[in-house]
Amino acid sequence: MSTVLTTPSVRRLRALARAELSLLGRNRGVVVTALLVPLLLPFSMRPALDHVDLEKQGISVGAAMLTAGIGFSFLFAVYSALVNAYVARREELVLKRLRTGELTDTEILTGTALPTLTLGFAQALVLCAACVALLGAGAPKAPYLSLLGLVAGLVLSAALAALTATVTRTVESGQVTALPVVFGSMIGSGIMVPTEVMPEPLASVCELLPLSPAIRLVRGGWTGQLSAYEALGALATALAWTVVAVVAVRRWFRWEPRR
Amino acid sequence: MNIDGHEHVIEVTDLRRVYGGGFEAVRGISFSVARGEIFALLGTNGAGKTSTVELLEGLAAPAGGRIRVLGHDPFRERAAVRPRTGVMLQEGGFPAELTVAETARMWAGCTTGARPEAEVLDRVGLADKHGVRVKQLSGGERRRLDLALALLGDPEVLFLDEPTTGLDAEGRRDTWTLVRALRDQGTTVLLTTHYLEEAEHLADRLAILHEGRIAASGTPAEVTAGRPSRMSFELPPGYFPGDLPPLAALGVCDHEYDGRTVRLRTRELQRTATAVLTWAERAGVELGALDVRSASLEEAFLGIAREREEVTAA
Repeated sequence: MSTVLTTPSVRRLRALARAELSLLGRNRGVVVTALLVPLLLPFSMRPALDHVDLEKQGISVGAAMLTAGIGFSFLFAVYSALVNAYVARREELVLKRLRTGELTDTEILTGTALPTLTLGFAQALVLCAACVALLGAGAPKAPYLSLLGLVAGLVLSAALAALTATVTRTVESGQVTALPVVFGSMIGSGIMVPTEVMPEPLASVCELLPLSPAIRLVRGGWTGQLSAYEALGALATALAWTVVAVVAVRRWFRWEPRR
Repeated sequence: MNIDGHEHVIEVTDLRRVYGGGFEAVRGISFSVARGEIFALLGTNGAGKTSTVELLEGLAAPAGGRIRVLGHDPFRERAAVRPRTGVMLQEGGFPAELTVAETARMWAGCTTGARPEAEVLDRVGLADKHGVRVKQLSGGERRRLDLALALLGDPEVLFLDEPTTGLDAEGRRDTWTLVRALRDQGTTVLLTTHYLEEAEHLADRLAILHEGRIAASGTPAEVTAGRPSRMSFELPPGYFPGDLPPLAALGVCDHEYDGRTVRLRTRELQRTATAVLTWAERAGVELGALDVRSASLEEAFLGIAREREEVTAA
């Protein structure tokens, strides 16, 4: 990973990310999903949240919707968009062609992910501002935890996308292979319903899902309810998933279409 | 450096490649390419050309044997080799939605010491296509874009996998001229082709691949040496091959007759042709569709395929 920091590496990443940004802008379907879903979907959950006793858990409606929005951003702006990008580039033989040049494998996957990661990050900032201004989410109690959660969530979404791409043959089948992560995370990782209001032992199991620690850190940083012990636990879980995903991608990622 | 003073830029020793299903595409081949040489890998589809070139490009690790490109293992020592090589895959891999200029700019950003993009696009005849999306290019234009990107970094070694497939006759000639100019500047070129004419025109040396093995190699002259020449003509009605002078005595090793056309393969073309034409002159016979040609790469190529089949059949 140290090579990523050297100057030619930065130049290569910038060149690749710039091309990938143009491609993202030209894929209308992906852009609409990535931009609108994370901003609109949380509002559709608003009535459902009224039935859950959030106040008892010390979570404001604003904070709940904020984490929902950021979670949807992980899933739609980053994860789904990137599954699409990785599979499309592989099927067009772009990944194979890039590997004939000076880019390292890590640079190819990172450079391709940079535009969507930036989009996800910007979206999270917009969501934070909107929820504070319009829904009274209040200022975050431990902003560094929310930021850590945000970064962990973005990195994991990209790694999961690369992993999903290894088992996806075509862009069309990507709409199916991405479903387990999308639905599993929406329901189990505390995006739609905070894991705090789930019964035990379901909550403990759900907290081990890949995106759960990121969501937990974002929300906990905002409400200030996370103890140092819980925060460290969430970080360790996020780190473990990242290591697993990176190792799996290095081992199984396919650079060429199956023929 | 080796003993005869030429620096071998590419050295391949007993190379093997086996695919996941157990198919052995490359079965122990060895060759070397000197600096500033154009070397062609020739073969039918499925002979193992692309499988070999991909190993030389460092895209996969060989199942056995050894490769050195500029003194390094192209797979393990990727970072040392890539800045000095240019690669054109058999099928270009460029995002359909990027323009020609955007594609070149992206590739230039990923290449050490890249030439100005406009200069390289101009060199392959794409100067007026900068704003065109890749998906709107013709097959030949895509091949030329691919070639332009392979040339961007002024490579010492150029790998071209079927560089002229899909090009029209003019585009093919242009590419040949460009490749020769690069060789004259000292670039080492390894190309694959199934066009015999291309290998004959371009290659300083070549190897004919057949079923994953090298069936023949050397300069085009060396490969065709010892191969029989060909003569063919049509006999007018009422004449038969039996009327011709005794063929075996003229060095003819093989002949065919389909009721009209006689096809001879001979090791002594001048004697055979003289005898047949003298006979026709004396007999007052007009030979139709007369064709006389010395041994070509095509003859060598077909001969190798035929001999292998006979070996397999026996």
